[in-house]
Amino acid sequence: MAAWPPVHPYIPNSAPGVRGEMMRELGIASVDELLQDIPAHLRLGRALHLPEPLTEMELARHTREVLAVNRVPGDGLLSFLGGGCAQHFIPAVCDEIAGRGEFLTAYTGDTYEDHGRWQALFEFASQLGELLEMDMVSTPTYDWGQAAATAMRMAGRATGRREVLVPAAISPERLAIIRSYLHPAMEVRTVAADKSAQLEPDALADHLGPATAAVYLETPSYTGLVQVHGAAIAAAAHAAGALFIVGVDPLSLGVLAPPAAYGADIAVGDLQPLGIHMNYGGGLAGFIALHDDPRLVMELPTRLAGITTTAVPGEYGFGEVAFGRTSFIEREKGKEYVGTGTNLWGIVAGVYLALLGPQGMRELGEGIMRRTRYAMDRIAAIPGLSVADAAETHFKEFVVSFAGTRRTVAEVNRELLARGIHGGHDLARDWPAVGPSSLYCVTEVHRQADIDRLVDALAEVTRS
Amino acid sequence: MNRPPEVPQTPQRPRQAAWHEPIIMQMSTPGARGVLPPPVEPGILAATGDSLAGLPLSVRRVTPPALPELSQYEVLRHYVRLSQETLGNDVGVQIGKGTTTLKYSPKVQEHAARLPAVADLHPLQVEETVQGILRVMYEFEGMIKDISGMDRFSFQPGGGSQAIYTNALIMRAYHEERGQFGPGGKDQVLTTIFSHPANAACPKTAGFDVVTLWPGPDGYPDLADARRLISERTAGLFITNPEDSGIFNPVIDQLVGAVHAAGGICVYDQANANGLLGITRAREAGFDLCHFNLHKTFSSPHGSGGPGSGASGATDQLAKYLPVPTVEFDGTRHWLNYERPASIGMVRGFHGAVQGVLRAWMWILSLGPAGLRSVAETAILNNNYLLKQMLAIRGVDIPYPHMRRIEQVRYTLQALFEATGVSTHDVRARAADYATHYWTSHHPFVVPEPATFEPTESSSKADLDWYAGVIREIAADAYANPAFVRTAPHNAPVHKIDPAPLDDPARWATTWRGFVRKGGR
Repeated sequence: MAAWPPVHPYIPNSAPGVRGEMMRELGIASVDELLQDIPAHLRLGRALHLPEPLTEMELARHTREVLAVNRVPGDGLLSFLGGGCAQHFIPAVCDEIAGRGEFLTAYTGDTYEDHGRWQALFEFASQLGELLEMDMVSTPTYDWGQAAATAMRMAGRATGRREVLVPAAISPERLAIIRSYLHPAMEVRTVAADKSAQLEPDALADHLGPATAAVYLETPSYTGLVQVHGAAIAAAAHAAGALFIVGVDPLSLGVLAPPAAYGADIAVGDLQPLGIHMNYGGGLAGFIALHDDPRLVMELPTRLAGITTTAVPGEYGFGEVAFGRTSFIEREKGKEYVGTGTNLWGIVAGVYLALLGPQGMRELGEGIMRRTRYAMDRIAAIPGLSVADAAETHFKEFVVSFAGTRRTVAEVNRELLARGIHGGHDLARDWPAVGPSSLYCVTEVHRQADIDRLVDALAEVTRS
Repeated sequence: MNRPPEVPQTPQRPRQAAWHEPIIMQMSTPGARGVLPPPVEPGILAATGDSLAGLPLSVRRVTPPALPELSQYEVLRHYVRLSQETLGNDVGVQIGKGTTTLKYSPKVQEHAARLPAVADLHPLQVEETVQGILRVMYEFEGMIKDISGMDRFSFQPGGGSQAIYTNALIMRAYHEERGQFGPGGKDQVLTTIFSHPANAACPKTAGFDVVTLWPGPDGYPDLADARRLISERTAGLFITNPEDSGIFNPVIDQLVGAVHAAGGICVYDQANANGLLGITRAREAGFDLCHFNLHKTFSSPHGSGGPGSGASGATDQLAKYLPVPTVEFDGTRHWLNYERPASIGMVRGFHGAVQGVLRAWMWILSLGPAGLRSVAETAILNNNYLLKQMLAIRGVDIPYPHMRRIEQVRYTLQALFEATGVSTHDVRARAADYATHYWTSHHPFVVPEPATFEPTESSSKADLDWYAGVIREIAADAYANPAFVRTAPHNAPVHKIDPAPLDDPARWATTWRGFVRKGGR
């Protein structure tokens, strides 16, 4: 019979001598003696049905082999996928800091144990605060959808009202998250944008009223459209006693005005564009920012990393701001719920903003807008293809319609893939009404030659 | 072969790095650059002219953001120094950080998680291009199904609390389908005070009222008390077992049965599963839903507070409500199933923190069935070994001393506090002087002056001895020189903070701009 337990590299006290020593110290012959409070009828009573163990070398090789069949954007695959997560340039320093074992394996120590973690989170919030021109920034949340949903519930509590107005043309995944998060406390009313994805203040008129807790706008929209009526929408919302919440791509803010400049009370969005790998969606990380209005700050459910002084003059320390709000203290009487969020991505986003600086953010934003415009114009010139809202300014994303061809998006994408290109996201499942269309995304990773290659391939595969 | 000699005890204690870095907002040099974005090619410039021309001035940025301007090396060094002032598990013994299962996160997993074949995948790629990662998710689901006895899993939740929330939505969907959710119907859930606060907060967020069970004489709720609180209003139960006290509730199946008899759904928060792997499961106790924290029990790192990965599991009866998409396998290829009309929809974008699933899959492949059982047994052994040493320390006790502990213990330092005036918060601050963690408890402090330690299987005997020695020394100092302990830390990156501004709207600040506006400098 093999020795029990097997000696495993991850388990120091599986070494037989030391284990025996510890068991002698406890006066036990078997760990089973420590398990007597678990009744027999609750025991599994058999070995788990799991594969037999691999050594580290075998495991590393097996993992590489399993993953090798993935086709990877930027690694042999030219990709134009967006829709809430996108391929971006990741500075090496971002990866270096994300991989620091100290940050990677820390959790929730306070400033005495994790001073650097607190400072990095405070610096993330400080830099995002500059980008957004807002004084109060939360530690990161799960993702944009959660951040938006929480902002809406904050508005509901702050106003005592239960309706939010949301543009119909938002990410269907995000809308699904918002809907389930608001139910049954609040209701979501979708507001269709007239003709284009450009939300007009008039479209709100029939919906805004004494029940409206908040109006929510996204810019750029899910379809990449830069919204130009933010100030008028803010005024209409405020006139009705509602809050104005804006979802925004932080990468656009070197060029586009921060939502606070046109009246936003709360800004939300995702940090993934700021130096974070997509991770098949695991790179999402939401943010929530607002003005330093205590009434609204006290409605935040999340942790807030605040700065303070210490017993030594000139020294900074950190701690939880108004922690009594949270469910950590108040359980079901706290604001919503809180738990492990996405702090590592917040730290990385701070590194990214420090690297880019104001000039970098402007250049990057302008570059993306030019590449997007270039791609839109060239694709729109392909016979049978059209681009939605083509005359208006887009950031990163735009919708291409294939209605003028006799091809479905699935067919087009299949043929693009055979040419090493992942085409835009097929909108057929979520937005069947728009006809055969797909959402294309262009970022700073795309060179002119990449866009030209896409255009040539699209022309070829849609040629009748 | 002889064992190497014990490392001799040295008078020098480990201590934390202290770099006294300025806030990065103070480090700016106008014009400095950290990284240069790729230039736009002349062909694109020529074709696009003034790309901003169509935009009204009101949505253009007029004032550049006041971000710091630094060279690349300055940014790197600053953040490396901040990382060094962070006691991650790779650096510091985290035995003292109870309930969080801070165990070794194997580096082979980390290297794999950073491969482009994981890190650079887009979540909307067509299935044929992501068969590798879908296989990992599908295989891991098979593993965790056997570990729990549940029938299906979703890895979409971004952490443990979000998994509890997901399970609350499933409970809600179940009762809504029967027309029973809400006032006058199934509107109440039960939880226990020793369960993580999210077990109260998440069902409340989902629209339920919460009734909290308090411990009976053995540290878990008395069944008769629980039965009195169960009624036709009871929608379900959210409970941890062992609870954060470390005590296993041996009548858990009877409590589950009583909630079932009232038409409720039972949810098992398995955040404390580390001592139970391969020993007892959600299925045997009769639960309908459960969740695991892949960043705790299954070794994925905690990331300074996320991204975590919550795995929500359901029995066949409730599997239809799990979030979309689920990962399926037709014998040849893996695919994503979005056509699940009863699903609660989504709680987090796309497929969750998939890198955590990959790491957990690798962890199980490294351990196998015997290794996983050894994880549980060793975690229990380590915890009980530490418990014995802790109880020999003057001023340290445990509540419910007649009960055994599984993988963690909630201690009480009430005797120490009464004798010396040194609180558990003071001891925590002093532990930082030894470059280690010490955690008190979630609120409310049901156990007075609490401390919660969870060694996991990753601790060596030497770690356990060292940690017990730290607490012994702090306790001795508390009796000998309480003022010294009460003014700790003395040897950490920072000294005792002034907490008052953190709760004062006139002074609190979470950003540098807010701090400066309020007169900070």
